[in-house]
Amino acid sequence: MLTRQLGYAVQKPSLYGNGDTQVHLRGLLTENLSLNLQTCLATAEACGSSVTYGSSLAERRCVEECRSGRGLASSRSRRRTTMTQSVVVQVGQCGNQIGCCFWDLALREHAAVNQKGIYDEAISSFFRNVDTRVVGDGGSISKGKICSLKARAVLIDMEEGVVNEILQGPLRDVFDTKQLITDISGSGNNWAVGHKVFGSLYQDQILEKFRKSAEHCDCLQCFFIIHSMGGGTGSGLGTFLLKVLEDEFPEVYRFVTSIYPSGEDDVITSPYNSILAMKELNEHADCVLPIDNQSLFDIISKIDLMVNSGKLGTTVKPKSLVTSSSGALKKRHKKPFDAMNNIVANLLLNLTSSARFEGSLNMDLNEISMNLVPFPQLHYLVSSLTPLYTLTDVNIPPRRLDQMFSDAFSKDHQLLRADPKHSLYLACALMVRGNVQISDLRRNIERLKPSLQFVSWNQEGWKTSLCSVPPVGHSHSLLALANNTCVKPTFMELKERFMRLYKKKAHLHHYLQVEGMEESCFTEAVSSLSALIQEYDQLDATKNMPVQDLPRLSIAM
Amino acid sequence: MSIVTVQLGQCGNQIGFEVFDALLSDSHSSQGLCSMRENEAYQASCKERFFSEEENGVPIARAVLVDMEPKVINQTLSKAAQSGQWKYGQHACFCQKQGSGNNWAYGYSVHGPRHEESIMNIIRKEVEKCDSFSGFFIIMSMAGGTGSGLGAFVTQNLEDQYSNSLKMNQIIWPYGTGEVIVQNYNSILTLSHLYRSSDALLLHENDAIHKICAKLMNIKQISFSDINQVLAHQLGSVFQPTYSAESSFHYRRNPLEGFKDPALYTSWLKPVNAFNVWKTQRAFSKYEKSAVLVSNSQFLVKPLDMIVGKAWNMFASKAYIHQYTKFGIEEEDFLDSFTSLEQVVASYCNL
Repeated sequence: MLTRQLGYAVQKPSLYGNGDTQVHLRGLLTENLSLNLQTCLATAEACGSSVTYGSSLAERRCVEECRSGRGLASSRSRRRTTMTQSVVVQVGQCGNQIGCCFWDLALREHAAVNQKGIYDEAISSFFRNVDTRVVGDGGSISKGKICSLKARAVLIDMEEGVVNEILQGPLRDVFDTKQLITDISGSGNNWAVGHKVFGSLYQDQILEKFRKSAEHCDCLQCFFIIHSMGGGTGSGLGTFLLKVLEDEFPEVYRFVTSIYPSGEDDVITSPYNSILAMKELNEHADCVLPIDNQSLFDIISKIDLMVNSGKLGTTVKPKSLVTSSSGALKKRHKKPFDAMNNIVANLLLNLTSSARFEGSLNMDLNEISMNLVPFPQLHYLVSSLTPLYTLTDVNIPPRRLDQMFSDAFSKDHQLLRADPKHSLYLACALMVRGNVQISDLRRNIERLKPSLQFVSWNQEGWKTSLCSVPPVGHSHSLLALANNTCVKPTFMELKERFMRLYKKKAHLHHYLQVEGMEESCFTEAVSSLSALIQEYDQLDATKNMPVQDLPRLSIAM
Repeated sequence: MSIVTVQLGQCGNQIGFEVFDALLSDSHSSQGLCSMRENEAYQASCKERFFSEEENGVPIARAVLVDMEPKVINQTLSKAAQSGQWKYGQHACFCQKQGSGNNWAYGYSVHGPRHEESIMNIIRKEVEKCDSFSGFFIIMSMAGGTGSGLGAFVTQNLEDQYSNSLKMNQIIWPYGTGEVIVQNYNSILTLSHLYRSSDALLLHENDAIHKICAKLMNIKQISFSDINQVLAHQLGSVFQPTYSAESSFHYRRNPLEGFKDPALYTSWLKPVNAFNVWKTQRAFSKYEKSAVLVSNSQFLVKPLDMIVGKAWNMFASKAYIHQYTKFGIEEEDFLDSFTSLEQVVASYCNL
């Protein structure tokens, strides 16, 4: 349980807590070491092993203070409390590809913000700082210069292709090989295989990896799960582990980024997989960000159009993070997945920016759920991101700030095809980054409010945050998260596609032959979705009714 | 007569910093029309009230900083230290890793009891440093989770442990249109609890101060920093040492006691159940003459009524209630809060 400390162990590779081994750490008792010292000593004593430290006066005093439980008196720096950490769980091909983009962008963002290379609290939310010289687990360093950053991630895939590619690519050093769970046979686009077969097969390993990553965290706040709904692994195994997380870490939030299949999806059984997965999302996720490939593709196409139209002598900005991670924009793919994944990665970065960086109105991750989820079931949030192409790849003069707000409410910037303006808002969050002040925010809310319909009991249902640090290559940006009944058509369409297959019992045997699968799994999944759709229906019914103030309590004086 | 300030949550800490800054720069600013002796007495009184002396002469604010996540406190401490003019005490802050998530129930029922001892210890140490302690000034917002929930809990504790000292709560009334979606719930829960344990509630509306910045001060792009500075000036002038009746050079009057002066109130209203609202504002540190009006009037009824109304509408549809019951605040607690506040509204209306 103890993490390896910086220092020079006489014997290696010994692990603390090993009753027979005595480890003597000579050399500097650095700040890094001392912060963990208390835990070390306590655990060492509990384990009955003896750990001795160097003989300098400072070191002995430090040890003494730890033993007396008074904490540390370092005259150089005040003992600062660290903030919370999050762990990213990427499942399946889609999940891992998006995850890979996310880590790339996260590194680049922190490199741009943190010029001195100091391992600070902002970085610690997603990365560990590890001294790779120390054998074994890699000694964790909590402060000081960045040595080697390791992503707080768990990578899961039942095929080896994508994960292997990541491990051979430029990000290979960012991942710990012990954070992976892979298999070779794949799930065959079958939710049942992912959920039931691989779920039970890998349950223990999965639990172990999660526990390990939680141990590396000082204060774990959130799991970010990234997966697709239409396939087998991301969909089946990805939702299996939601239950595991809920049981094992009930107080840690579960944010799920789900890629929903578009109509022209090439996986025939994607409706089955999606509906079966939705039941799990309904029951075990705190918050879901549904995204569809079609919207991402449309966004990329528009950017391409802008860049290639040669308007106003536009040139591609070299440092833009929105579309390119490695000049992918130049290549002409049939579906530019790289660029599409980058958009999702940006979404996650912006979502967490106010929790990681300072600002005049902070918004922590636990506030997202608190403010945007009025009823436990209704936790699906439509996201839209600006700027996407206006400022990123093109060097046109920066448009007025207000335009950014208008864009966030335009369908072109949404990551899900939906029509929030003609549906009902339950709640809306605006997360602003960069040089934007409260008056700008208020002015735009007042301006946009009349064209949006909010549910009667939440007429001023806005949650706002201001983060001072802008994303790389921009002066400001805006992420809007809407809890809106406009997700209903997406779910209804999915249900229709499901029913078309299910009525004919098409491909059903592939699922039913898996142990643990019965027809009731399907019927339950559909009723879960139907119930959800009904809740949205009931809210929609209130849409054009006049807002009435309910009779209040009357007090006898 | 010293006042110990407790700054809670992001809002409380951001404002608290501006207040101390304004107070110190006022005491250093030009003396205006008074004599040098008067000025010195004024400066000494000002300093004594809000700062204690450090060895190398840098005043230390008599403040306790509390927040459930570290970013704002870290920022506040370093801004103070950077000014070179004053700073916060080294052990005067209490911080945790994970915030209250805008959840009053979390701030009140989880963070409160969990950290009660540590927080009260720090406060006690600060009180012990005062030669003559007059009371507490608690700065918090109503909309969030820490300032509101933990603030209510701490004020209750202060009432239990220091029942003879005066407690004045500076509360920030959020913008009408969204800062936090559940702000109405948090607000009614806060007000109903503070009503029982605080001696005076000083209210500032973000909307009102925003208008001041826009119309009176002509600031184009208003930031929270602007808003907080205006607020700090107002507060600073309230706490300006005032002459006592006996002698011109003795600043004795306990500023918090001013609010208990029976002459200020109608005969049938007890001073203890008082809500105060600002009516005018002028910076005092740059003006020769300035006036501050603190009034207890029916002016408050309309905003209070609105907040109760909105919260009630939301409550009727049971929206967000599961987030509160998760941490022990049940529907009955909400109903209690609604009842107390409806009574307050009715009392004001009956005047």
